[in-house]
Amino acid sequence: MSGLQIDKLSMRFDLPNGSSVQALKDVSLDLKAGELLSVLGPSGCGKTTLLNIVAGFLAPTAGTITLNGHKVTGPAAERGMVFQQGALFEWMSVRENVGFGPSMKGMPKAEKAKIVDHLLDVVGLQDFKEKAVYELSGGMQQRVALARCLANEPDVILMDEPLGALDALTREKMQGLVLKLWKETGKTIILITHSVEEALLLGERLIVMAPRPGRIHTEYRLPFAEMGVGQDLREVKKHPKFGETREEILGMIWDMEEEIMGRTEDA
Amino acid sequence: MALLGDLWGEFWAVLTTLFAAAPYIIGYILIILLMMVIWNGVKRLLTPKHDYSSLKTVTFGDESAVTSNTVASVVSIVLIFVLWGAFTGSKLLPGFMHAPGPFQGEGSFEYTITTPAGDSDTATVSVVVHPTGEDVAAPEVAPGDGIAKNDAIAIPVYRSELLRVDSNDEMGRDEETFITAVDGQAIAPGGSVDVSFGRVAMSDKGTLNIIPATGMQMEPIWLPSPEAVWSRLGDIATVGYRNSTLAEHLGYSLFRVIVGFLLGALVGIPLGYAMGLSNWFRGWFDPIVEFMRPVPPLALIPLVIIWAGIGEVGKIILLFLAALWIMAIAARSGVSGVRISKVHAAYSLGASKWQIMRYVIIPNSLPEIFTGARVAMGVCWGTVVAAELVAAEKGAGMMIMVASKFQSTDIVLMGIILIGIIGFSIDMLMRQAEKWLVPWKGKG
Repeated sequence: MSGLQIDKLSMRFDLPNGSSVQALKDVSLDLKAGELLSVLGPSGCGKTTLLNIVAGFLAPTAGTITLNGHKVTGPAAERGMVFQQGALFEWMSVRENVGFGPSMKGMPKAEKAKIVDHLLDVVGLQDFKEKAVYELSGGMQQRVALARCLANEPDVILMDEPLGALDALTREKMQGLVLKLWKETGKTIILITHSVEEALLLGERLIVMAPRPGRIHTEYRLPFAEMGVGQDLREVKKHPKFGETREEILGMIWDMEEEIMGRTEDA
Repeated sequence: MALLGDLWGEFWAVLTTLFAAAPYIIGYILIILLMMVIWNGVKRLLTPKHDYSSLKTVTFGDESAVTSNTVASVVSIVLIFVLWGAFTGSKLLPGFMHAPGPFQGEGSFEYTITTPAGDSDTATVSVVVHPTGEDVAAPEVAPGDGIAKNDAIAIPVYRSELLRVDSNDEMGRDEETFITAVDGQAIAPGGSVDVSFGRVAMSDKGTLNIIPATGMQMEPIWLPSPEAVWSRLGDIATVGYRNSTLAEHLGYSLFRVIVGFLLGALVGIPLGYAMGLSNWFRGWFDPIVEFMRPVPPLALIPLVIIWAGIGEVGKIILLFLAALWIMAIAARSGVSGVRISKVHAAYSLGASKWQIMRYVIIPNSLPEIFTGARVAMGVCWGTVVAAELVAAEKGAGMMIMVASKFQSTDIVLMGIILIGIIGFSIDMLMRQAEKWLVPWKGKG
């Protein structure tokens, strides 16, 4: 069985003061190979917890995750992760960062160099190959992070707000790059974001999560990612359905936030 | 309550000294301001700079607009040497820059005695003030006429001498004949009279105390001149001091520091890593490290001497202990400071635990370890000098301690300057090494 199956995942952990938090409750999701899923939700809805469980950094209290037929129990190279920022190794050059995964596997140098060169071409950083990563701008650093993840040939790429720290213009360019990489490599991607627009643009499927307990609230299937591959993303945003869906989701999240605020006031 | 009273007395003594020093401190500040005004004048005559900083209109309160002025640094250092030279009569400075020196050469004064009958007579005392260490005899003088006879005396500079000028007179104390005036000015026991070369005072018993002027310069025993220190440096470098040459003294001190520090790092860094990576080790060593860290290494000297004696082993144990806790804490915080996203990223790129250690945790902790090493080297250098002050057969600290017991102030000064230069060089080297080896410091 190929693809990623998330089956009745629950996460509940105890707090030091004796109470406990239900971060996720009965989250189930079936992702086919090559699908692009974006995850939206107000803060505290458990989306980062979900991603950390899929990555294998956390063990769920109930439920299973199955990738290509075997159960996920810990981090592994088959599930690559791209972080918001600060996850590059600043003691390594751009080339060494991108080649980190292959190096860990003990891949021969020549083969590794070929992969690294190819990926640096793809993300447009060939000229910065020998630079230290801290000499690059934020957008360039995220390109390195993407390339580093791809160099390892993972089956699934998990992105935890990878563009969250970038300025609006860079972010738009990077959204285009993510779409291009998705189409070219055919990887399964789960992308967490705070931006509704980004979720719409980059989600072939989109789930909106609700807090307390963290659960899937609504799921969409969207045409915009497919449209965006060959097109200017700004044109996609002008699509009437794009605006419509955006307003719908914003309203949904707005209501959730209101509910949280109300509850806090009651308590 | 007695303690409080004593402390108040001590505090008052400190305040009094401070008040006495105030004019000099104010004078120094005025020199600083004067130099600033002069430099600002000179700068206006030079081609104006138009870099980003000099075009700022708001500079007061803008921390980034304040950079160390090189000219001020140079002037301040030069001034220290000028003041040093001026108040020690250095030959490196032209004479007019010297502070008034002590009186040297020949002088004389007259004294008058009065007999019980009311007669009086006057005689001359010739005084020769000669440099310290030279053997100069008092000049031969003719006794002269009258009941008071002429006298002569030789005095080394900075010293004063009691002289019974009336001992060769025809009538003295035993005949109720007393000295009543010096240079025509009346004098009584306990009083004094200014004379051409200094001062003449009279003791309670009526003996004259001849005090040549000492000027404003420092006696070499308090503060030797720069060239004296320099020439002593040459002596000690070639001939040596206390059976060891200068290179041996400094070499031993450095050897102790380097060996002690390396051993401390060799044990402290793995200890810090263990504390940063394992709950059990952190729990085990936290109380020990947290207790030992605030204990000044100097406080361990007596114990180390009891246990290991004053030889190299004792010194190295002491420096090992000085470096150990600092390095352990630096390594621990280096490990704890690794961003979890870096570790997560490495795991999801397929790294094993050992690879995480080698490629993520160690490089990530190096900047912290280097900072710790700089601190540890500084502490070790200070500790070794102090330990050698207490007891050692060789070493920079031992050299200045022994020299101070023989009042060889020039060696003490030279030693302090060398210790300072070495400490400064160690810090500079560590900073350079940091720049070369961990260029990513602070860039995460």
